[in-house]
This record gives sequence, structure tokens and C-alpha cells, in this order.
Amino acid sequence: MPWNPIIKSRRDWETIPNLHDYESVRKEFSWEQARTELDGLPDGQGLNIAHEAVVRHTIGPLGQQTAIRWLGKSGQVEDYSYARLDDLTNRFANTLQGLGVVKGDRVFVLAGRIPELYITALGTLKHRAVFCPLFSAFGPEPIRARLTIGQAKVLVTTESLYQRKVAGIRETLPHLEHVLLIGEEGRPTATPIPGTQSFHQLLEQHPGIYRIGPTDPEDAALLHFTSGTTGTPKGALHVHSAVVAHHITGKLALDFHPADIFWCTADPGWVTGTSYGIIAPLTNGLTSIVDEADFEAKRWYGILQDHRVSVWYTAPTAIRMMIKVGVDLVRKYDLRPLRFLASVGEPLNPEAVVWGEKAFGRPFHDNWWQTETGGIMIANYAAMDVRPGSMGRPLPGIEAGIVKKTESGGVEVLNEPDVQGELALRPGWPSMFRGYWNEPERYKKCFASGWYLTGDVAKKDADGYFWFVGRADDVIKTSGHLIGPFEVESVLIEHKAVAEAAVIGKPDPVAMEIVKAFVSLKDGHEPSEALQRELLGFARTRLGAAVAPKEIAFLATLPKTRSGKIMRRLLKARELGLPEGDTSTLEA
Amino acid sequence: MNTPRSEDDTRSQVLRILGEIAPEADTTSLRPDVSFRDQLDLDSMDFLNFVVALHKEFHIEIPEADYPKYMTLNGCLAQLSAAQS
Repeated sequence: MPWNPIIKSRRDWETIPNLHDYESVRKEFSWEQARTELDGLPDGQGLNIAHEAVVRHTIGPLGQQTAIRWLGKSGQVEDYSYARLDDLTNRFANTLQGLGVVKGDRVFVLAGRIPELYITALGTLKHRAVFCPLFSAFGPEPIRARLTIGQAKVLVTTESLYQRKVAGIRETLPHLEHVLLIGEEGRPTATPIPGTQSFHQLLEQHPGIYRIGPTDPEDAALLHFTSGTTGTPKGALHVHSAVVAHHITGKLALDFHPADIFWCTADPGWVTGTSYGIIAPLTNGLTSIVDEADFEAKRWYGILQDHRVSVWYTAPTAIRMMIKVGVDLVRKYDLRPLRFLASVGEPLNPEAVVWGEKAFGRPFHDNWWQTETGGIMIANYAAMDVRPGSMGRPLPGIEAGIVKKTESGGVEVLNEPDVQGELALRPGWPSMFRGYWNEPERYKKCFASGWYLTGDVAKKDADGYFWFVGRADDVIKTSGHLIGPFEVESVLIEHKAVAEAAVIGKPDPVAMEIVKAFVSLKDGHEPSEALQRELLGFARTRLGAAVAPKEIAFLATLPKTRSGKIMRRLLKARELGLPEGDTSTLEA
Repeated sequence: MNTPRSEDDTRSQVLRILGEIAPEADTTSLRPDVSFRDQLDLDSMDFLNFVVALHKEFHIEIPEADYPKYMTLNGCLAQLSAAQS
């Protein structure tokens, strides 16, 4: 093994970790027992995420504790106590009631990390509507696709995002009945915009008392979009009982303790920013830091110091940027309260795990999960030795295996250590997705022989640590997000000069991969720098910076199989200078 | 040593580089004291690429810790003029 394990001992623990002994906690664990840590709705009315995250804390001393400390871009600090959050989310739930939104309707939000996003999320859950976050760096096309697939009834967004990205596509969204706007810097909108209402005005007009209706644990709660190789984005649906997993994985994988100040740097536009940026810290009664601004080393170290963050959950891209800045800067800060560092989004390279020790005196603890799993599935724990580069071991209550597809369409488990195969999980944990929105066939395809197939290729070593190898499909992992090549290709071929397009993930030292497009041109169009820039701008305008290609290359023709399928893998092999493999099915 | 560039020249080079990374951006109405990312649709990778391109164009070292100084047009001009003087 090239990297020595990081050995943990009792000396490392100022606070006894919840998962103090992996084997024994795993053995004693049951989901039924985990469920008993939550209250449930009064009078046996079921289980509701927002009740567990907010309402139940307002009764005791936690009521006046800060639930969310919001840090604005321009230096504002605003504290929301559990009681205040309860009042505001009640107002939003009543607003939805007033708009005629009923249980199961989809409420989307398109916003940066502003307080209104969190109010919308929790108010929507109280009202038993389905909360669906969109990443604010999406362009109009990804926004339109997701609002259409999810048949959004309500959209909460800012005045500026609406004008730039939604107004132009509004006509194509017949299901969208209500658009609620937030003005500049959270103020009410300056002038009324046709077809919209003011979020803040509605909140003021509605009362701060709301009683959550009966909520079956299997009632729909969250819709998170993700991408596959082919087809449109898929909406992974989660139910209210997911909160059992959010809560307990916060305790076991992130080692939440009651007095913790927790900072999850992820954007709620992606699943991490919802499961661990909203729900888990609140169900555990912590203070959760929300920073509106994007990564900047000095700002981040300042936040860790000034707000005495004790548990920090961040992402490889940010860690690699911090490494570039160097350890001298971080050592100027007093980060003594910082107890536990975790990372998710893409595999954390061993150098980065170890750099955590150099910079913060503690390693980063990588963990693995995905949109469909709703919560952390495999992790490195506070009290377990870290093998740098490994995603760790399965959470208590989670059974993971390495499988291989069989000819009959099933899968078989590969029990030999260090053998590469698809990472699979035994279904049944509470935050497992319950379907892709309106796509039962696609959902069914994710399961075989009693396993959920993750689409990630991995290995398991002799001691049960899992190691990420790559994706089983052509989905691109960039800056912690999954991007479906099809969504990007579909936009490129809309350009009048483009005949065909193929999109791959090109390895990148900071973002893991960047989106790179290959295009062939229609007759009458010639490759040129000007056309390349035009295509780049065209794609960025429609897809947004987060999804659009960073590089575009021209090819006379794209390599295809005999059946006419573009071979992205071959393009990727060429890009990497690898052997191109079996090309016998290539077009002559 | 490079011949010092005029501020106009520097400005137009900075805007040209920005335009190569985000060709869709309207750089003519850019507010010089507001961060690029608050006005244009740039993600963190775009900004990284922008700084790397400045480094190549102007042959100056830009340590990562100084990146925030390049977040606005005026910030860029100030840094670049200081580096060339």
C-alpha cells in the first residue's frame, strides 16, 4: 500500500465518537432503533421531516438556540433560532395552503444559499408538498427540463434569476402556476413583475401558526434531479422516512454531538446541500452555518475560526484549491474547536486526506453516497483508522457489495478481495429513493438480484474498506456534480453548424473532470476559432456555466459503433492517450 | 522586462480573456467594482481558468492566495499595473 493508514487512538478524541467501535455499533444497529431517536408527529400522526428538524426543538430549551447562522456575501450575519425558523416556515406552509398547493405538489426553488431557500424547503415539507431544489448556476435549458419533468406547480426564485433564466421559458411551462420572487438581497421585489408574486409579502400576510397534517413515512418529500448517460435528467424521489437516515448518519458518519457547530459547504441545489446542509444538522439540534459566498480560502478559514466550527463537511474540489493556497495561510487561524473534517462529491485523493493532517491537524474523512441513496452509505469514521484514498466502510444498517452482471440479467457477488466490479447496496434503508419521477422503467433497471446497482465501479479490500475505481457509464463527475453527456450534446446539436456532438469527462487536477465536447460540422461550415467561441457561448447561454463544456474540439467525424452509437469511451481513451481497446465494432 | 502596457491595452486584454472563457458575456456593461461572478455566469473553474490565462498573457506570478484580488475588473487592473511597474 503506497499510503500508510492513519491510525486512530483514544488520544484523538476529545469527545467520544458516536461510532466508537465500528464492529460493535454495526452489530447492534437497527433502523427501528434509529427511528426511536425521532419524535414522530403528535398523536401518532406519522413522521414528517420538518417536524423532526424544526418543530420538535421549539418546545424545549433549543427553541432559542441558533438553528441556522446565515453569512451573506457582503459580510452580513443573521441568526435564525429554531423558534424563528418555525414561525417563518409556518408562514410559508400557510402561503402554500393559500395558493391551493396540496400534498404531493412540487415546489421548486432556484436560488443561491439565501435564507429564503431554507424557509421554502422546510415550509414545503411541513405542508407535505414535495421540495425540489435547482442549482442556481443552471442555465435556462436544464431549468426548463427539470421544471417540466417534475411538473412544478410553484417556483420560488430571485428577481434576478427569474429575469435572466426563467422569464424566457415561462410560456413552455404550463404546469407552473405560481412564481414567488425574492428581491435583491432578500428584500421584497422592487416593482411587480407580471405573472409573479412577492415571496416576502406573502410571508407577511400569512400567520405563523401551522399544524402539520398526518404524514405517512412513505409520503413523497424530496425530489432531487440527477443525470444518466442517456435521456433526460431523472428526478430521484425520497420520502419523509428518509429523515431517519439523515439523522442517524449525521451522528455516525459526521459524529454530530449536541453542542456542535456544523458547516456543510455544499449547495442545496445538489443532494448533499439538502440532506446535510438542511436536514441532518437540524434534526440533531445543532447550529448550522450557511455561507452565501463561493469558495475563497481566506473567507473559509475566517468562517471556521470566527464561528467556532467543530464539524466541517466539504468537497474535494475545494480541498484541492486550499492545497494550492498552501498551509501557511491556514496556520494563521485559530481552529481549535474544529474536531472532525469530512469530504464528499468525488473520491478524495490520498494526498488531500493527508494534507488535512498537515493543515488542520486532522485528516479529511472521505465518504461515499449519491443522489439515489439520500444519505451517506460508506464512510471513514472518527474512531476508525483511515486508509487514504478509500471511501471507508459501510454505515451500520447498510450492506454493500461488489457485483458483476451475469448473462441471465442478474448479478453475482464478487467475494474475492480487491476485485473490481460494480458497487451495489442491499435495498431497504430509509433514505433510499422510491422511484424516478414518472419513470418506473428506469427505476426498475437500477435493481438486479436483490441489489441496487450504483453505477460506480469499486473494489473492496480484505478488511472491508471500499475503493472507488470509476463510473460504469459515461456520466461526468465535475466539481462534485454529475453531468449527463446527453443533456449537453442535445444542446450542442441545436446549433446550426453542428452535425453531431459527443461529450466526455476530461480528467482535471482540481475538478476531477471537466466537460469536454467533440463536434462534427454540417457541410458548409468550417472549423475556426470564431465558431468554437460561438459554440461555447451558445452552450453556456443555454446550459449555464455549471453544465456547459469548458472545451470544444472539432472532429471531421465522430467514432461510432456499427449500430450508429457514438463511442464516447473511445474519444475519452484518445484524450487520455490510452489504448483504444476493441474497435472491431467501429464504423468502417 | 516587458514594455509596460497602457491601462486601456491592459483592460482590453483582460476583457478579451474573459470573453474567451465566457463568450456569451456582455463585457461592455461590466461594472468595474463588482465581482465578475456577481455579474456574469462564471463558475469556480471559469475563474481559475481566467487567472491562469492572465498569468500566461501578462507573464506574472499569481499566488493562489491573491486570487480574490482578481475578482473585479478594477482589481485586475490594479494588480496588473502594480506587477508591471
